[in-house]
Amino acid sequence: MQDEVIKSRIDQLLIDEIELDKDQLHPEADLKKDLGIDSLDFVDLFVIVENNFGFKMKAEEMSEIRTLQDFYDYIIKRVNPS
Amino acid sequence: MNRVVITGMGIYSVIGKNLEEVKDSLYHGKSGIILDPTRKKLGFRSALTGMVERPVLKGVLDRRMRVGLPVQGEYAYIATLEALKNAAIDEAFLEKNEIGILYGNDSSALSVVESVDILRQKKDSMMIGSGYIFQSMNSTVSMNLSVIFKLKGVNFTVSGACASGSHAIGIGYLLIQQGLQDVIICGGAQEINPESTASFDALNAFSVRESEPTKASRPFDRDRDGLVPSGGAATVILESYESAIKRGATIFGEVVGYGFSSNGEHISIPNVDGPVRAMQMSLKMAQMKSEMIDYINAHATSTQAGDSKEAIAIDRLFHRSRPFVSSTKSMTGHEMWMGGASEIVYSTLMMNHSFVAPNINFNNPDETTASLNIAHTTVEKEIGSFLSNSFGFGGTNSSLIIRKFNR
Repeated sequence: MQDEVIKSRIDQLLIDEIELDKDQLHPEADLKKDLGIDSLDFVDLFVIVENNFGFKMKAEEMSEIRTLQDFYDYIIKRVNPS
Repeated sequence: MNRVVITGMGIYSVIGKNLEEVKDSLYHGKSGIILDPTRKKLGFRSALTGMVERPVLKGVLDRRMRVGLPVQGEYAYIATLEALKNAAIDEAFLEKNEIGILYGNDSSALSVVESVDILRQKKDSMMIGSGYIFQSMNSTVSMNLSVIFKLKGVNFTVSGACASGSHAIGIGYLLIQQGLQDVIICGGAQEINPESTASFDALNAFSVRESEPTKASRPFDRDRDGLVPSGGAATVILESYESAIKRGATIFGEVVGYGFSSNGEHISIPNVDGPVRAMQMSLKMAQMKSEMIDYINAHATSTQAGDSKEAIAIDRLFHRSRPFVSSTKSMTGHEMWMGGASEIVYSTLMMNHSFVAPNINFNNPDETTASLNIAHTTVEKEIGSFLSNSFGFGGTNSSLIIRKFNR
């Protein structure tokens, strides 16, 4: 899957499932501070990612994900391991 | 001790989704009972149920508030929104004061079933998501509403089987009377789904008059053959008289008595003594003689044993004055955890609009129910005070007395 396709799919999932506004979704946006994604939302992201990208996120990896760009990069890396 | 008054009410019921609709249904004796084909397919002995559509809260509450809210919590949110509006309590008042919540609820079965279904299918607890834990606890309604409405006072759920909603109001009354709280959101909620009622259906307790759903719930009638499960939510705002006067609130009634007791016998077979003691205690607390009660909203669910025992209990205390008696469950079905609260809303509406709602489907008494003065059609009548009974499994009993407010 191409990187841009993955990114736009992530954006759409954040809009549909986490109910974020499209104009909030800048790559540099901080997931917690800017997008308001709290620890409970992360639990739902586990479910969303597995249902849509077919792999299980690991809790320990989440601590390194701060911005939306970090999240894109993480998903891209797991979907397209080089 | 503080006087305790009702300054707001809200209702989401199978006979109407707000106070106005419910008042009309009560007056006209409209039934909210249907046949649910899903239950038939699942193998229910009886597919009869009360039914109300699920509220649409997307766009009303944000996602985090909705994710942990089970269906009965959604009903309770709508009922509470109406009650707060009815009480003229706004966000600023909630913010500045220690408002409490005591809600009756005794199951959240659908959420438990759905979350365990996910676990069994996916073999991974992480796939359950964040909402089900908050949806599936018994305290789900008080837990969620306290966050949604930013409440800062007492906050817990009262589980007392089919008397939950009534006990919640009773406990709220005592806390305000003692001066421990000024305003408490009290109520009761009941989920409507096959998952929560299948094991109750297994007791052969439900009516099987499936050919005539609106005639199936017939409390006190000779030909009653069981209850009809139902649900929804009802909210009553209890407030100290002092606080109500200070706010210039409209007062819909005064809570003057709460009686409770336990039968001390069988888990599901009712008796006469327990309800008699609960009613006596409520009269004593209200410092009222039985003759002063104008209307009794009976617990009567349309079962042979329960209605008979309650009829004997009522007759024992009220045989001299024979006040009007009706069971609004004839229209709503048995709202279980919600019933004790909704029936305070129904009866207070009657008191404020001077009528007794009919006990529909009451065509013939039996030897025990013949002694009662049952309102089989709507009665235009001034109600000065009413008593509302709620009983439940384990022999829990609750009787509340509400009086028309008089300075």
